Amino acid sequence: MSEEETMLVQKISDGTVIDHIAAGKALSVLRLLGNPENRGVTVALVANVQSSKMGKKDILKVEGVELSDEQVQKLALIAPLASVNIIRSYRVLQKKNAVPPKTLVGVLGCKAATCVSVREKDSVSSIFTLVSSNPLVYQCKYCGRDLTGQEISAQLG
Amino acid sequence: MSRDAWAGTDVLSILDFSRADIETLLKEASTFADNPKSAKKSLKDEIVATAFFEPSTRTRLSFSAAALRLGAKVIDLSPDVSSVLKGESLADTIRMLDGYSDLIVIRHPSEGAALLASEVATVPVINGGDGSQHHPSQAMLDLFTVKRLMGRIDGLNYAVVGDIRYARSAASLLYGLSKFKPGSVHLISPESLRPRDEVRDTLLKLGLKTDQLANLDDVIADVDVIYLTRIQKERFPDPNEYEKVKGSYRITKSSLARAKKGSIVLHALPRTNELAYEVDSLPSAAYMKQARFGVPVRMALLDLVLGGSTR
Repeated sequence: MSEEETMLVQKISDGTVIDHIAAGKALSVLRLLGNPENRGVTVALVANVQSSKMGKKDILKVEGVELSDEQVQKLALIAPLASVNIIRSYRVLQKKNAVPPKTLVGVLGCKAATCVSVREKDSVSSIFTLVSSNPLVYQCKYCGRDLTGQEISAQLG
Repeated sequence: MSRDAWAGTDVLSILDFSRADIETLLKEASTFADNPKSAKKSLKDEIVATAFFEPSTRTRLSFSAAALRLGAKVIDLSPDVSSVLKGESLADTIRMLDGYSDLIVIRHPSEGAALLASEVATVPVINGGDGSQHHPSQAMLDLFTVKRLMGRIDGLNYAVVGDIRYARSAASLLYGLSKFKPGSVHLISPESLRPRDEVRDTLLKLGLKTDQLANLDDVIADVDVIYLTRIQKERFPDPNEYEKVKGSYRITKSSLARAKKGSIVLHALPRTNELAYEVDSLPSAAYMKQARFGVPVRMALLDLVLGGSTR
């Protein structure tokens, strides 16, 4: 983040800063993270920030919460360009890039009404495998149908 | 895959088998086709379970006949009178069959049902058709029919006609052909019945070159195998879409007048109005023979998977 961007909200002492979220997707990211703001966690959301890479972007700062690797992987489903900075004592302790998981179990739902993972959903977990990271495409293990990044965002957002 | 390597294998999609695997199967099927009654009772200690959650005449009965010809016993789950009606899950139903039999043949309206069954069962599972996705034993018997009647699979020109969007037999045949070296492969259908995205993508990955046409007449003089499919009325999400394409193609004696000499017409059956009964009397009408080949091909499949002849 540039100095101008950091001026919008104060720095956090400990927690996570998620940068390079596509503009308009920050609320979806919060939902994916289980809406930490509802548990009393301090969250700062900066929307529509100018970005040389993305045109416009959103930024999230989550105080006192460090994203796990699994959460970072899931983040890649709706914010594939996101970068994650883990902050301790106002310093960047670790940088993580969102990488889509190779396999997703029970996270996404198949779009085909006739897929066994839909019809037998009480006894079967959906399983999707990564076909492509850019553009984001996952394939249902059971019926072979693809889910695009847009369809995934619509499900998770 | 050697004969031994077939033992215990799930048969979910023809994509899982190599050309050599398929040729092994076709060779064994040929022996059974020559004289099915004299087959050794190689499976006399085995129980084959059939679980058909969708209507079937040929697949169900030819699997049963094949098992009986090889001396196996057959038990049959009837979804209409079983605990499926009480809402028992597919997974639990398969667990029961797994405990009662040595091999399960399943047909189900949901894509992926056979894969799910194979994950649950410890015994081999053969996919007798899952939704609009796979029907491997149909593709195997289709290839067998071509080999038997035309002497080869390579180098022939194929036209797959009709509902390529929902007919699992069409997709499975195309997957099977991708293992061989066909001449040209024409896909002939109304626009709304063209292959689904995932089928088209798979064919591209497999490197099977196809072209999409609207009329069989444009290529009929050059085609060796005409593979006709019924419009799969039961798989249309919107009945109005079915009404739009119903009756949009039909093979008759006159439509075959320009057909290549020595060509054959195949159909996985059942037929509706896309195939006129008058065609039955033509020398090219091979679909009844094709249906009968279901028994020797499925004998070979059961024998290889259950390892009958290796004992």
